Amino acid sequence: MDLQRLNCRSEYEWEIPARGAMRVPVVIFGSEALLRDMDDKVYEQAANVAALPGIVGASYAMPDAHWGYGFPIGGVAAFDADEGGVVSAGGVGFDISCGVRCLRTGLTRADILPVQRRLAEALYAHIPAGVGSHGAIRLDARETDAMLARGARWAVDRGWGWEADLERVEEGGAMAGAEPRQVSPEAKKRQRDEMGTLGSGNHYLEVQEVTAVYDTAIAAAYGLIPGDVVVMIHCGSRGLGHQIGTEFLKRMAIAASQEGIALPDRELACAPLNSEVGQEYLGAMRAAINCALANRQILTHLVRQVFSDVVPAARLALLYDVSHNTCKVEEHRVDGRKRRLYVHRKGATRAFGPGHPELPKSLQATGQPVLIGGSMGTGSYVLAGTRESEERAFSSACHGAGRAMSRHQASKIWHGRQVIDELASRGILIRSPSWRGVAEEAPGAYKDVAAVVDSADAAGLARKVARLEPLVCVKG
Amino acid sequence: MTPYWEHFAHGADIGVRGFGSTKAQAFEQAALALTAVIVDPAAVAPREAVAVECEAPDDELLLADWLNRLIYEMAIRDMLFSRFAVELYEHRLAAQVWGEGTDLQRHHPAVEIKGATYTALAVKPVAGGWVVQTVVDV
Repeated sequence: MDLQRLNCRSEYEWEIPARGAMRVPVVIFGSEALLRDMDDKVYEQAANVAALPGIVGASYAMPDAHWGYGFPIGGVAAFDADEGGVVSAGGVGFDISCGVRCLRTGLTRADILPVQRRLAEALYAHIPAGVGSHGAIRLDARETDAMLARGARWAVDRGWGWEADLERVEEGGAMAGAEPRQVSPEAKKRQRDEMGTLGSGNHYLEVQEVTAVYDTAIAAAYGLIPGDVVVMIHCGSRGLGHQIGTEFLKRMAIAASQEGIALPDRELACAPLNSEVGQEYLGAMRAAINCALANRQILTHLVRQVFSDVVPAARLALLYDVSHNTCKVEEHRVDGRKRRLYVHRKGATRAFGPGHPELPKSLQATGQPVLIGGSMGTGSYVLAGTRESEERAFSSACHGAGRAMSRHQASKIWHGRQVIDELASRGILIRSPSWRGVAEEAPGAYKDVAAVVDSADAAGLARKVARLEPLVCVKG
Repeated sequence: MTPYWEHFAHGADIGVRGFGSTKAQAFEQAALALTAVIVDPAAVAPREAVAVECEAPDDELLLADWLNRLIYEMAIRDMLFSRFAVELYEHRLAAQVWGEGTDLQRHHPAVEIKGATYTALAVKPVAGGWVVQTVVDV
């Protein structure tokens, strides 16, 4: 990205002033080095978002922003329904409520190393991953609707998890306002065999070791000490969410032209929040959020089964579960006034700071854990929400490393087997049904996650707490 | 024009593009490009036929709908497709597609496609025929 086109607000905050059709400015967070390497498409897409009706404050891009669909991935935008604001199916994305969940194990690296290979094999055998993999759970129509209405809470009621898990899931595990009847029969059918499956692409399950702690007080409160082992799960709402995204993208593209909303890019397809399509989408999208929360809860149960078999001393407690593709109603102070806004986060993580009323008592002092997934060979991070994050970008932070190159390029440069062998020589065991899938997700295809996290920390979006490095990775 | 397909790069995902002397042929080639995101189409035997229909108010949305319909059929039938016969009418597409059940050992499918996006979506004439394209989210 050409920095001449941006105003530097501070070392880690850059602005594109509102001009032309833009209703608000664009604010991009990141170091000069990250911005220089950032795709020009981020500039274009964030500016397009700034032109949508009812947008409040600014169109934000996180330090890991890259070329997305309509919205940049790493984009955050808030809309006011009373000012003609919109909800965008493209702005949430196909993988509704894709997110990350982190479980503490109570184990250390020393406990894992003797059983590392056995654990890798057992996780790979027990967790359905990759194309065409099916879960063991089949839901009839009534149970599907119950799952869509109550998310992880439904899963815990059915025995897939612990009551204590729920306070460590956003929304207490159940997204309010979900309307299963707005989810099409096709979307429900597409989910039929997919409950409790990981999916493919960039989705994974990793066993990781805490290798560095940056804020000892918060890390201790989160229960993270160097040498500790955690499990990180990255996946979303599976086929159901993809189908809802597909169907509403089309309905909104048609509705937008009927409403006279000029779209610079059809992928920005949106509908006024106060419209029938907008309301129906919110009902369906929230049901998909519950599907993702239920799915990650079932996967948690499967992981616990594996650990209790391989390392019986393990006790897997949930640190937190965050979703990074959502639109959520939140109260934010804008220009001194509290407003009820619909915050889209597309590849961005909510990052509520200490004292936020939506956090459980156990996280009030520290702020919300912000979970940042890295690539297979590099690290992941745990950050904490800050008080200042609200005024930066409606309490939002980055979500991952962000791709540095396309899948196409990656699969030309690397071979899956070579990536697996190279990582094995560094003590990281990869298990995946697809070598090409591994090649496309090679660590070198991603940006430096450390630079992204450092920028998020320096910009005040979230505070760096701990670094995690993989020991085992099950890749879909 | 001899029909053919290709992939093109997108920052996070992958673009599918089909060329043909007719619009319908270009739609067929885009479908082959879609399969090739997952598996080598030559490895998929066209054993079983499935009928696919869709409707949309313009050619571009019809292309996205066509690809999304195939993604849906692949997901719910657990199949891969390698042969396509498309007929286009105004705002409507009717097709027969042929393929076989996914065999994990033989096909080694690389990735599951979430949906066809409207990014870089285009249906346009070129010298000697048509080109159609979009980016798919994987």
